[in-house]
Amino acid sequence: MSASVHRKHSLRRLKLPPNPKVRIGIAIFVFFALLALLGPFVVQNVMGLSPSDVDTAQAMELPSAEHLLGTTATGEDVFAQLVVGSRISLLVGLVAGVITTTLSVLVGVAGGYLGGRADSFLTAATNVCLVIPGMPLLIIVASYVQGRGGWLTVALVIGLTAWPWGARQKRAQTLSLRHRDFVSAAEMTGESRWGVITRELIPSLAPIISVSFLGAVVGSMFADAGLSFMGLGNINITSWGSMLYWAQNAGALTRGAWWWFVPPGACIALIGVAAGLINFGIDEISNPRLRKPSKEVRARARAARLHAAAGGSAAKATAGKPAPVQEAAS
Amino acid sequence: MTVPALGSVDATAVELRPGRRLRSARLGTARYFLRRLGFYAVAAALAVTLNFLIPRLMPGDPASALIAQMQQKQTLSGDQVHAIYRLFGTPGEPLWDQYVTYLNQVLHFNFGISVAYYPTPVWEVIRTGLPWTVGLVGLTSVLSFVLGTAAGVVSGSRVGSRFDSFMTPASMFMGSLPFFWVALILVLVFGVQLSWLPTSGGYDGDMLPGFNGPFLASVLQHGILPALTMVMASVGGWLVGMRNMMVTTVSEDYVLLARAKGLSKARVMFQYAARNAVLPSVAGFALTIGTVVSGQLLVEIVFAYPGVGYLLYQAVSSVDYPLMQALFLIVSLSVLAANFIADSVYGLIDPRARETRS
Repeated sequence: MSASVHRKHSLRRLKLPPNPKVRIGIAIFVFFALLALLGPFVVQNVMGLSPSDVDTAQAMELPSAEHLLGTTATGEDVFAQLVVGSRISLLVGLVAGVITTTLSVLVGVAGGYLGGRADSFLTAATNVCLVIPGMPLLIIVASYVQGRGGWLTVALVIGLTAWPWGARQKRAQTLSLRHRDFVSAAEMTGESRWGVITRELIPSLAPIISVSFLGAVVGSMFADAGLSFMGLGNINITSWGSMLYWAQNAGALTRGAWWWFVPPGACIALIGVAAGLINFGIDEISNPRLRKPSKEVRARARAARLHAAAGGSAAKATAGKPAPVQEAAS
Repeated sequence: MTVPALGSVDATAVELRPGRRLRSARLGTARYFLRRLGFYAVAAALAVTLNFLIPRLMPGDPASALIAQMQQKQTLSGDQVHAIYRLFGTPGEPLWDQYVTYLNQVLHFNFGISVAYYPTPVWEVIRTGLPWTVGLVGLTSVLSFVLGTAAGVVSGSRVGSRFDSFMTPASMFMGSLPFFWVALILVLVFGVQLSWLPTSGGYDGDMLPGFNGPFLASVLQHGILPALTMVMASVGGWLVGMRNMMVTTVSEDYVLLARAKGLSKARVMFQYAARNAVLPSVAGFALTIGTVVSGQLLVEIVFAYPGVGYLLYQAVSSVDYPLMQALFLIVSLSVLAANFIADSVYGLIDPRARETRS
């Protein structure tokens, strides 16, 4: 990610970038956000489906017109569970993502800006927390909590353990901003250190913060699904993770009931892919060399190679090749 | 757990200290190792302390829960009840005294008796699982690092080539999937539908473990799917990271010079460009160990693979707090040790790393 985030451009940069990868990624996020917001209402009140109605006469049924995604071992409608479950899964991701991002911004930006002893302390704390593996810690804490407090506790625990990666990244970005003119100018006008951090640095880091927020949301959803899959967390509330848990518990795998565990995992995976697309697209925006050269450039490079081959000069062939470099200069 | 873009994170992690006299190289190396050792000692101390504090800070009373749990299986003697209370802190005893007792127990690998595998001592239980996990993590992380990095070199030296336009999106896609769900899909396809490979356990149940051909073959066969999951999930991260560093490196002057000298393409690609582009990946290797281990814990559960992840699952489902506690400690300390080794290797190959602050 580029360090050249100028303050004036920070807000403009938050607008939808023209990169197709970023746009597809954001579209997927918007789709799931709408699904979580409106879906349960549509499914329960308009279509009249229930995620929890047990009907043993219709257990383990293949997808059909009546049950779009089939039924579970106790005859619950998988499609209804999928839509209703999106709300909890997204909510856990959102809340944990907010906690993670807030902590990482506070620790990373403060460390990077203040420097000196405060920075040494915060950096050391970040690095130490970074190397302690997160999942086992989560599992331990979650199993002591034993579902008390429901999804909020799970979100809290995830949020409190996931911040070090982001803090490290934001510190590095802050270091590159610390001596820019606009920061010095703010200091000259007597802005307090807290003021510089909240009014100057954090707005300048907004694009990076928003991207890492998306990453944190997705990471938290993965962690939540993993915890629920182990039977920790909120297995009695319908969520994608709890669906996976019950599917595994009822032997859906060995019975070949793919319609039960493929959809919730696919939704989580799709959100993961969306985050990957955005991350990748942002990298391309900040480093044009990573982009696949445009058709025009490739055609020009091919023409140059052909020309060189016809001329029989090896030196020309290599000189004509690195077309992406030209693009980067623009 | 998202796989962070390695290139972008770690390129910034190298901060040279300006205006500092270069010490003699050997002294620098020694200092580097000592500093890293100190850092990991602090991290280990934190892990040990967390392990001590978590059960004591938690709401509720894990000791009573455990006693209730165990009394379903057998009647407990007064000594056993006392031992459990000591594990979670004797009420009334000062925290510091409890801590000293606890440290003493840890030093002697005395983690108590397992509930899930009663009456086997916890350490005995863990010892059976450790080799499976260490073997699988070690093998798959090295394999995916080598494969991913090599593919990244090829991908990054020609952006937009056919190889690149297929591999980069594909590996990015794979890297964005949750590990354990990929495992479920593999079980469904290769285990249940095609029944090519066994889907659970570490070896055939009717075999006696030992160093003989059939047993090792069975271990290998049972390891294929878990290993495939781990490699599929992590190879993409290395590919993309390496590709992105490679793209920057191939336009450096020394690569141009090497090319102008008429060296072979492969030589320029691997010996000149890749050698320098790989450094951030190597530096990042240490930090991903924790993520990989975390992912593997869940993958082991899917495959009922007899490693520490499956043990942890057993411990969680039977509320076996002593086993859980000890597993967290052992996993954390193993990850720290692996981190230290990876860090040291990095310090050896990149002299600049030794001059940076930790």
